[in-house]
Amino acid sequence: MINTIAGKELKALFSSPLAWIVLTLLQLILGFGFLKRLDDFMQIQPQLLQAPNPPGVTELVVVPVYATCAIIMLFAVPLLAMRLIAEERRNQTMVLLMSAPLSMTEIVLGKFCGLLGFLLLIVGVTTLMPLALLAGGRLDFGLLASVVGGIALLAACFAAVGLYASSLTAQPISAAIIAFCLLLGMLLTGETASDGLRERGWTVPAALAQVLSPLKNFESFAKGSLDSYSIACMVLLTAVFLVLSIRRLDAARLG
Amino acid sequence: MTETTPEITPEITVSAQGLSRRFGAHTVVDDISLELKRGEILGFLGPNGAGKTTTMQMLTGNLAPSAGSIKICGVDMLDQPTAAKAHIGYLPETPPLYRELTVREYVDLAARLHRVAKNARASAVDEALAHCNLSEVANKLVGTLSKGYQQRVGIAQAIVHKPNLVILDEPTVGLDPNQIREIRSLIRELGRDRSVILSTHILPEVESVCDRVVILHHGKTVFGDTIDGLKKFHGGRIVHIGLRRPPTLEVLAAIPGVARVEADGECSFRISFADQCDPTDALVRRAVEESWGLFQLVPAQTSVEEVFVQLTQKDEAAA
Repeated sequence: MINTIAGKELKALFSSPLAWIVLTLLQLILGFGFLKRLDDFMQIQPQLLQAPNPPGVTELVVVPVYATCAIIMLFAVPLLAMRLIAEERRNQTMVLLMSAPLSMTEIVLGKFCGLLGFLLLIVGVTTLMPLALLAGGRLDFGLLASVVGGIALLAACFAAVGLYASSLTAQPISAAIIAFCLLLGMLLTGETASDGLRERGWTVPAALAQVLSPLKNFESFAKGSLDSYSIACMVLLTAVFLVLSIRRLDAARLG
Repeated sequence: MTETTPEITPEITVSAQGLSRRFGAHTVVDDISLELKRGEILGFLGPNGAGKTTTMQMLTGNLAPSAGSIKICGVDMLDQPTAAKAHIGYLPETPPLYRELTVREYVDLAARLHRVAKNARASAVDEALAHCNLSEVANKLVGTLSKGYQQRVGIAQAIVHKPNLVILDEPTVGLDPNQIREIRSLIRELGRDRSVILSTHILPEVESVCDRVVILHHGKTVFGDTIDGLKKFHGGRIVHIGLRRPPTLEVLAAIPGVARVEADGECSFRISFADQCDPTDALVRRAVEESWGLFQLVPAQTSVEEVFVQLTQKDEAAA
């Protein structure tokens, strides 16, 4: 049943121009950045070889591509997620799902999976770029797997936040703005709060702030270190926003 | 939850007791109870804002009631919403259509959402499309169809899983007379082997398709009976008479059979009479004999508004 709703959401995404615009622009930006970095890498490669234990192409070229992808998702996910519930409310199509023998959990998970599926498609298409390097060299597959896993988790966090924002309102644009503000707030929390708190020795608040900073957690994946606390933080953040969305839909029924 | 409903036979499809719904301090639906058996068509009649849509939203589980209980085919809507919803097909006031899907894709999606088994799905969709005369537009996008077709797509969505209870909120609004006739015959057909609840503010619609009627006013049931009861209540007991040289009201009231006379204007009167003694013959005879100048004699076409007026007047009189 979750599959059915996810499939419907994917279909709706691809029948709107937005999905195609996002895919195209993302590829253009990432492709340009990728080629530029690759070009730079080729130029400095001889000097790198003289250094002991030099950074490889995966670290210098591939990981920044995913970092850019993460930033683009920060802007794209609110737009992609805004219609999930808000537009169904506005078009009064939500009734179809609410009247069907489905639990709110199934509806929310179905919509979440649909959006996550699209975001994973973005990640998949992005991953084709580094894989193209295999034609002329070798990759650090450990690091690649770590960064791809990290961005997949990041996409799940963003999708859950976007879905929750969409459940708050009946105007897709308001939903996008709310989602963007939430994500931006999380970015700032990550940049400021967690480090500052840790320096002062406040470990518990710092640990809590880390839950709210998915981009900060993604950084450890980008370094190739699988930090179990980072994984837990991202899973927890996703789960919290999914539960909030379910409760929000239930509350709408109670009015 | 304890499931102790062996005494309820599956023949009763809807049983709602004491339904109320408040939005803040505002009570929209106040203590409505209804029961419906398989094969019955129930008409919800009421002016705008009477609480018809709110009641339907509660019956379909889209809105939780503030008080009261709902059982659909013996399954409690509040305790087991998913199981109860499986018995219902619902067409809201605005059909919940995905404009970017084709008609077949859309009805297929509705069938999937209602958990129609995979091997039965294609035939169920075909059947629903044929039922609603949609077969020739099956591959068109829902968004490109006219209002009448969209309404039928909405109905197809509500019946594709062969629910025991079909709830239609104003299914004929915005349709042309031919389409209205088609939809009404479709509703009658549905009512043969399942229960149908439909809301409307058109009295003839209720009379032509429904077996029973519930009239709501300000969220309360003001009338609940069979269609015959409704006809008896309002039908054929009033004539409008137009006289160029009218006698006094007392003279008219004295004619045998006349129960009450009200002057509508200078020359026209509204004459109510009791069930078995129709005074029309006597009226005409007197009018000719005493040359009252009879120019009009019409049995009243009671509009739904008049029924409301009568019902609310009756309420006030009783109070």
